[in-house]
Order: sequence, then C-alpha cells, then structure tokens
Amino acid sequence: MALLEIVNLTVDFATATGSLRAVDGINLTIDEGEIVAIVGESGSGKSVGMLALMGLLPWTSTVTADRISFNGQDLLNMTDKQRRKIIGKDISMIFQEPMTSLNPCFTVGYQITEVLSHHFGGKRKSYNKKAIELLNQVGIPAAESRLNSFPHQLSGGMCQRVMIAMMIACKPKLLIADEPTTALDVTIQAQILELLIELQQSHGMALVLITHDMAVVAETAERVIVLYAGQQVEQRKVKELFENPKHPYSEALLNALPERAQDKHLNAIPGVVPGQMDRPRGCLFSPRCNYAQDLCSQEKAPLKDGILCHFPLNLSKSKKQKAINLETG
Amino acid sequence: MSKQLIKARDLHKHYTINDGFLKSSKKLKALSGVGFDLYEGKTLAVVGESGCGKSTLARLLTTIEEPTSGQLSIDGIDMGSVQSKAITKQLRQTVQMVFQDPFGSLNPRQKVGDILQEPLIINTSLSASERKQKALDMMSLVGLRDEHFQRYPHMFSGGQRQRIAIARALILKPKVVVLDEPVSALDVSIQAQVINLLVELQKELGLAYVFISHDLSIVRHIADEVLVMYLGKPVEQGPSEVIFNDPKHPYTQALLSATPSTNIKNKRQRIKLTGELPSPIDPPNGCAFNPRCQHANKSCKISEPVMDTFGKSRAACLALDEGRI
Amino acid sequence: MSATSSVSNSIRAQQWKEFWFYFSVSKTAVAGLVFLILVVLMALFADVISPHGPAEQYREFAKLPPAWIEGGQLQFFLGTDYAGRDMLSRIIHGSRLSLLAGCVVVVLSMSIGVLLGLIAGYRGGWVETLIMRVMDTIMAVPGLLLALVLVAILGPGLLNAMVAIAITYTPSFVRLTRASTLTELNRDYVTASKVAGAGPARLMFISILPNCMAPIIVQGTLSFSTAILDTAALGFLGMGAQAPIPEWGTLIAENRDLIMSAPWTVTFPGIAILFAVLAINLVGDGLRDALDPKLKRS
Repeated sequence: MALLEIVNLTVDFATATGSLRAVDGINLTIDEGEIVAIVGESGSGKSVGMLALMGLLPWTSTVTADRISFNGQDLLNMTDKQRRKIIGKDISMIFQEPMTSLNPCFTVGYQITEVLSHHFGGKRKSYNKKAIELLNQVGIPAAESRLNSFPHQLSGGMCQRVMIAMMIACKPKLLIADEPTTALDVTIQAQILELLIELQQSHGMALVLITHDMAVVAETAERVIVLYAGQQVEQRKVKELFENPKHPYSEALLNALPERAQDKHLNAIPGVVPGQMDRPRGCLFSPRCNYAQDLCSQEKAPLKDGILCHFPLNLSKSKKQKAINLETG
Repeated sequence: MSKQLIKARDLHKHYTINDGFLKSSKKLKALSGVGFDLYEGKTLAVVGESGCGKSTLARLLTTIEEPTSGQLSIDGIDMGSVQSKAITKQLRQTVQMVFQDPFGSLNPRQKVGDILQEPLIINTSLSASERKQKALDMMSLVGLRDEHFQRYPHMFSGGQRQRIAIARALILKPKVVVLDEPVSALDVSIQAQVINLLVELQKELGLAYVFISHDLSIVRHIADEVLVMYLGKPVEQGPSEVIFNDPKHPYTQALLSATPSTNIKNKRQRIKLTGELPSPIDPPNGCAFNPRCQHANKSCKISEPVMDTFGKSRAACLALDEGRI
Repeated sequence: MSATSSVSNSIRAQQWKEFWFYFSVSKTAVAGLVFLILVVLMALFADVISPHGPAEQYREFAKLPPAWIEGGQLQFFLGTDYAGRDMLSRIIHGSRLSLLAGCVVVVLSMSIGVLLGLIAGYRGGWVETLIMRVMDTIMAVPGLLLALVLVAILGPGLLNAMVAIAITYTPSFVRLTRASTLTELNRDYVTASKVAGAGPARLMFISILPNCMAPIIVQGTLSFSTAILDTAALGFLGMGAQAPIPEWGTLIAENRDLIMSAPWTVTFPGIAILFAVLAINLVGDGLRDALDPKLKRS
C-alpha cells in the first residue's frame, strides 16, 4: 500500500477578479522511503498542492480531490482536530525562508520541545535531552548551548537545520520540503541537501522535495513530477527524464539551462505562464510549445502514460539528432 | 583595444558598528583589497556567498558610497579627487544598476512610465513629451509594449519587472551597468529570456557589465572575467575559462563542486565544506577561509595571503604560495 | 494617446474593485460605512432636514419628553431641553460640528505628524533624536489633560479645542510615519532612485511617502473618531465649544443638571456620539484589513 495517495487534486482560489485554479488535477503516489521531486516554475501550483495536503491554505481556497489518503487514512474528509494529530507528527513540512519559519520570540529549545510535548504529551522541559540529541543529528555544533539561542542569533543555514530538527522530532513518515535551500548560499545548500538525504535514509522517511532547480532534482531525487500552470505534465524516473524528456515543456525547461546552451544564446522558452485571465482553450502549454499543432490549441491535452500531451516526444536519440540537424543545417 | 571604463585598485570599505552607548564600536570590514579592470563591451562576474562584499562593491561602483581607501576611476575620472557636483552627476549617468529583487526594486506606487521618466526628470532638462518618447523607445527596446506605460509594477510578472528595471537602468545611456543578481529571483525559463536580452543589449549598445551572482552556471555562460570573493577579500581572479576549468583556490574549487548540475553522468568528487560562513564583524585570524579549508595549516591561521599570479589567473592562498597544492 | 488613458481609467476602476472586494468582506465595516455616509448627509443637509432651527426657543415647550412618552409631542420628536430648544434639530446641527472637529484635527495632526515623521526617519542622527524626544514628551502627558492645559492657555472655544487636540495626536502620526520610513528607506527602489540621482525631497515625498500611506490612513480614520470623543469631552468640561453652540459634548454639559428630571436631554447626544464613533471605528477596522498587504489572501 502506498504511503501517500493523491488522486485528482484540484485547488481553486476566490479572488477579486473571479476564481483562480491554482492546481488542476494532480496525481501523486509515494511509497515509504521514496524521494520524489516536484518541479515547476511560478504559477505551477507546486507549493499549493502540498499546502492543501497539510490543510494550510487560507479561507479563500476550495480543495477538491477524488482521494487523499495517508497511511490508509482519508485526509480529505478529516476534521481539523484529527488532521492536527497527523500534521507535524506523521507528515512534516519545512519551508523556504528559514529565518522567518521560526518564531522569533522563543528560543530554539522551546520550539523543539514544544513540538514534542504537543504530540507526545508530558512536560515540555522533560524533552530537553531529546532536543539536544536532535540538534546533534542535524549537525549543529555545541547543541546544548544552542538550546537557549533565539532564531535571529543563528544564520540561515543554522535556522534551516533547526527547522529540520523540529520537523523530524516526531519521526515522521513523510517529510515535505518546500524549496528548502533556495534562500541559502550554494555551499550551505549542498550541506542541507546532504543532511536531508542522510536523515531520509536513516529514518526511512519518504521525502517530497519541491523545487524549481532542475539541477537539485538531478542530484537528489529518484522520481520527478513536472508541473505547469497547475497541471501535471510529466511523471518519470529522474534519470529517464533528464536523458529523454517526453513532454515538450520538460524538454524546453532542460534546454533553457545555461549548461545546455550551444553558444551565447540561451534556448529561452518564449512567452509567459498563463495567468488567470489568459488561459488557452486547448493545451495550456500550446502557445509556447515548439511542437504545437492545430489540435493542441483547440482541445485540452489528454493524459497518455503519465504525459499530458497530444503528441508526446518519443524520439530516440538518433531521430532527435536528425531533427536538430534539420533545424540548424 | 577597447576603452578602460573602470579601474579599481585595493578598494577597502569599513563600517563602524556602534554596539550600544557604552560599548566600544566594532569595525565591519565589508571590502578588503579588491581590484580589477573593466573594459568596454566586457562582462566581469563577481561571485561569492553572503557576506562576501559583493553588494558593498555594487554600492561603491554606483557612487552611492565612497570607499574608505583605495583607488577607483570611472571613465578616466578618479573618484577620490572629484569635488564638483557636475562631475558627480555625470558619473552617475555613466554607471547604473539593476537590482536583484524585481518586486522590491520598482516603486509599487509609481506607474511604469513615471518610473522610467524619473531619471530623466532628475538629470536632464527634456520636455515632457521628449521624456515620454524616450521612455517608450526604451520600453520597446527591452520588449515591452506601449500600453504597459500606464500600469503599476504589481501587474507584471517577475521577468517583465526585471525588463522594466533594465529599461530604467539604460535610460540615461550609461556605459557600465552593475547587475546585482538580476535573474536569481526569476524562473529558469524567464532567466534565459532576460539573459539573452542582456547579451543582446550589451552587443548593441557596447555596454560593460559587472555581473554579481552566486549562480555559477549563468556566470560561466556570460562572463569574460571572474572575480571570486570571500568575506570581503578577493580570493581568485582571472579569465572565465581558466577559473572554471582550472580553479586554483580551495574556495573556488569547493564552490564549483557544491553547485548542482543536471549532468548526472558526470559524477564529480564532491568537496564537502563544513562549518558556516563567518560573520564579517568577527572574521577568523589569518586567512578568512582557514576554518573551513582542508588544506589549512598553522601559517594559514596567522598570516593573511595576498594575490599572486598562478598561470593565467591570480589567487590569494598560502597553500598555493607554499606549493602545498 | 487615448489608448494609454483608457488603460489608465480601467486600471483605476480595477483597483477600486479590488479594494471594495476586500473591504466588503467585513460586514460590520460596510454597516459602519453606511451609517457614516448617513451622518455626513445629515450634516450636509442639516438646514433642510431638521424640523426646527437649533437656536429657536419654545419657552412654553421646555423640558418636553420625547414623542413616544406620555406628554411628548410629535413636532419635538426627541423632546426639548431646558430652554425649549428641539433636541433633534440640535443634534442634527451638532453633527456638523463634530464632523468638522474630526476633519480639522485629523488634517492638522496628520500633515504635521507625517512631515516630522518623514524627516525624522530620513535624516536620522540628532534631528531624529530631537523630534522623537519632543514627541515622547507630548505623549507622556495624558492626552485630554494636555489638551485641557493648552485650551486653558489659548482660551476656550471650538477652534482652540481642535488645535489643542490636534497637537496631542501628532506624536502617533510621527511614530507611524517614522517607522514606515525606516522600513522603506532600505528598499531597493529607494536605492534605485538614489542611483538615478534623486535628492532628499524627491526621495521623501515621491518615493517613500506614498508607500507609507496605508497605516497612516487607518490611524487617521481612528483618530477621527477619537477626535469627536475628545472634542465632546472638552465641550462637556466647558472648555470646548461654548453654549449655545450645539456641539454634542456641550449639549450634554449644559443639560447636566437635568440628568434625573429630563434624562433625554443628555441621553440622545450621548447616543449620537456613541454611534458616530462606533461607525468610524468599524470603517477604520475594515480599511486596515483591506489595505494591509500581509492580509492579502490569494
């Protein structure tokens, strides 16, 4: 049985200018101990989907799904009280901005022990020893003295480690990391990613890594889901996606990276992600797609083998080379 | 031989931090000994992490602040000896800046047209219609449409805002543009668009860029020369291919190794850097990088290294000087 | 350039629409706004809608109870005071004075306060210290007490009362503006203007000030209601508007002795103050929720 199963999740927001569909029918299955990356740019709905899972969206949102089940329990129709027993304990989430994720008024030790005493009962102070253990696990030096530090006394990387410590305190089965390293420097990013993978392996946690950085995905995840404008366009094993992307958007995204540029000119994707007002009638990516045909702009793209496309790219390497030669030659 | 637009030698910038009424003040060394040359049509990339002083360098180059010591000449004019307001004004038009945050760098209460015309109002005596025409011309140069003139910044996407910021920077026809992480806050596909625009504009207008970034893959793509900084000090400097293919300084090597790449087949030897970035107020003794460096020895904790030439690049490292690596 | 001006109009319309969407979320704020509009209309058309003149005395109908109580008459709907003046007419005309007091106080204190706050935040150093310490001194004295002292110096009267109250409200605007200025000063767009060569005046008034307006507007709205209250208080103490001006507080003061024998003479002005202040506060709350960018929900 899969650990997490999301079927056809849709999230709508009520705004001053009408309803905005932020997430449009995504499906996600995660097994125990897996590392899955969700990749997308702004407006792809990658964060919103996971926030919906955690029940953290504002009142203007409407969440609908065929099924959201975690460890056999139905998350969709749970009461808030029941959900709070699971969130933070069996499912945890860390966010992008480590400096603002921690409460500035309380010490680090207070915040970690608070999580523990909330979920396991008992006096908060009795968990001090466990808190020190956790800080050591996440690689914070001089853990005992750090218990009394406030978040503003720590650097961004340290704050993120504290956040991770808080979130693994209850040994969750699933950890969702929403762009955990985007706000950090490159060398610290490498440290934090390594830490996450280490913890994931030693705790047997499943890890969902939300990011916009394809390179991070390549080095960290086993499976990847590509989102565009709230829709799920491709779901593959990481190695396969990077060698042979099947959806035009995935291919375009990889080609836009500076690493894959042939000369001084980067292969940019023309246009912008559709907003609320200018959603195309057919396939959402069709206005920007290199391979778009008439059918694409008229009818919505069908789901073929996990690829949301009328004409998924199925070119073998040699055919691709021929196509490139035709273009440039 | 293209014209030399910026000549910087041994730039220092110190700030005094007052830690309260009765405590003694501390010195924050934001920049210590930075020097480089920038030529017309070329791009110098300044690379480093938080606290390395790249933002301070940007402020010095755009003449918002003055260096504590060192020599800085822009377009042949020595900044240290400048007294008259007219020359300062002229220099301001020579160097302009594009900021990192597309959301924060545009005044949310001003329309795009007003944002673009503001530098013209302050620095020129053009009539209203002339200003408007210049603004519209600049907008089409960066790929915006006429109707965007009356809109507010929040109505645009990140990429479009950055185009507006670029248009604003170029409207005074500067020779040097300092770009402080111009694409870091943008999506990958939009990054590519903006980078292409910057490269095109550089060719068309003969601009020189000082490109500050922590994203090494973009730097590799766009830079002619690279300056790597750590805690306010330059650690390695040289032509782009040399820095990327044959990095000499341990920090540069670690930085390159820490940058993730989509080339899965190319499994590199990961150099693990332990420890945190030190605070500029309380730097380590000797070489600033020594607590995290795998090649550090006793002398590294005592003496500060100086820039020396190693092949086609320059680096400041005692281990290199002593031939240990 | 008709294309650009029509775009400009539709943008403005869209902004109002968005503002109204967030404002109307709070039903109490909308109710407050409706009541406030009624009060404004009442003040504007006071001469037309009040049944009698505010100073007309009907000696034979003195101390008449309201119409629904035995002994009352329909032509004096809310009863009369000790001199036989119609309460309803006096209250309607009094609304003009209360609204005037609110406006004058807010305009005075806001303009001076915002200016001082901008200068303090922008210049820093000894200028900031001087301004803030003077403001601290003003704030150290309880508002009404300070206003009383100022009125005692300036002499009683509605105008002097308004000036005195305005002085006591200035520090809150100074603090608010200075705090916003300090935040905005470090933002990139201010630096961008500096790089373009903007001088202090342009930076303060064109770059920074428009971005500080949201909390200032909210404070202004709430100060409006407190100003009405304070003017009424001063009037009640005999230091504000002098009788026979029908300012609401003065109305209560001059009928103070009748609180047991003719309670309607003090109750209805009191209720008028209550509802006016309540309505403005509700509107202020709604404004704050609508203007606060952090509460934007999508």
